[in-house]
Amino acid sequence: MRTRGKSLTMHLAATAMLATLLTVQAWAVDTTELPDPRLQARYLALTHELRCMQCQNETLADSPVDLAADLRREVRDLLLQGKSDDEVRAWMVSRYGDFILFRPRFSARTAWLWLAPGVALLIGLGVCWRIVRARGALVDADTDPVGEDAQPQAKDAHG
Amino acid sequence: MTRFALPMAVFVALVAVLAIGIKHSPQKGVILSPLIGKPAPPFQLPSLADPAHAVSSQNLKGRWYVLNVWGTWCVECRAEHQMLIEARDAHAVPLIGLDWKDDDDRAREWLAQLGNPYEVVVLDHSGNTAVDYGVYGAPETFLINDQGIIVYKYVGPLTREVWTKEILARLPVHAAARL
Repeated sequence: MRTRGKSLTMHLAATAMLATLLTVQAWAVDTTELPDPRLQARYLALTHELRCMQCQNETLADSPVDLAADLRREVRDLLLQGKSDDEVRAWMVSRYGDFILFRPRFSARTAWLWLAPGVALLIGLGVCWRIVRARGALVDADTDPVGEDAQPQAKDAHG
Repeated sequence: MTRFALPMAVFVALVAVLAIGIKHSPQKGVILSPLIGKPAPPFQLPSLADPAHAVSSQNLKGRWYVLNVWGTWCVECRAEHQMLIEARDAHAVPLIGLDWKDDDDRAREWLAQLGNPYEVVVLDHSGNTAVDYGVYGAPETFLINDQGIIVYKYVGPLTREVWTKEILARLPVHAAARL
């Protein structure tokens, strides 16, 4: 009885998972298909890294609004005209600004954005190193041979 | 006490950087257009008054004008309409309407009901011209100078304050006088 109940639960869970996956598929906003699979792959990559300016936290690929559909059409047309990925990005940026790129370009204005995590990591590592070194010095002091006349209790108190 | 001095200094510096960032962000929540200071993108679009007749952006050159992007589906556009009528009556600068992805009949009905503040309305059925102007939500308003350069852009319904402080203040004195 117990094992049957368990397998039923698992079965239901598996069904639910499968249903979720299928639903996600059914929700896909964009059904555009380009003639060439390589173009299609570039199209998908681009529409997933460009922002829908109207909803702002969605990519062009995910957004159901009209403007996103217009911009997807522009991406498709530009790719069909033989434009490179960078040319498509530049086309979008010239109209909507850097904000349309989910991954900002590296420029004088965005340098701090890209470099700050590395700098923060270096500072963190520096702090860690100092702490570890200070602790290490304590251990060295602690393991100094105990003099004949040292009180055993004094060492216990540390440990 | 001194062991907290450095973390405290870092914390204070961080607060200062964020405070400056918030205070100096030019317009909170508004995305600056890269088109400001650049030539207004050219277009050739049918006019609402006579869809058989195309209006070219070339025809608009040589004087200051305001390009207002609107649509009858746009709720906020109704909110700014009265302001546009007042602006028309003040004769400071001509208003050009860009009807964005709209139905022509509904647009005519809208203007008949609420009044027509525009000198001319052009029809952007495909939305391509709006994309060229970096429009992402109506209403949007552009101020274009006599050289055809975009001087200023405002996103959202126009208010009297924006009209006076941002649009009228940018017009040269003679432009307002000539009209």
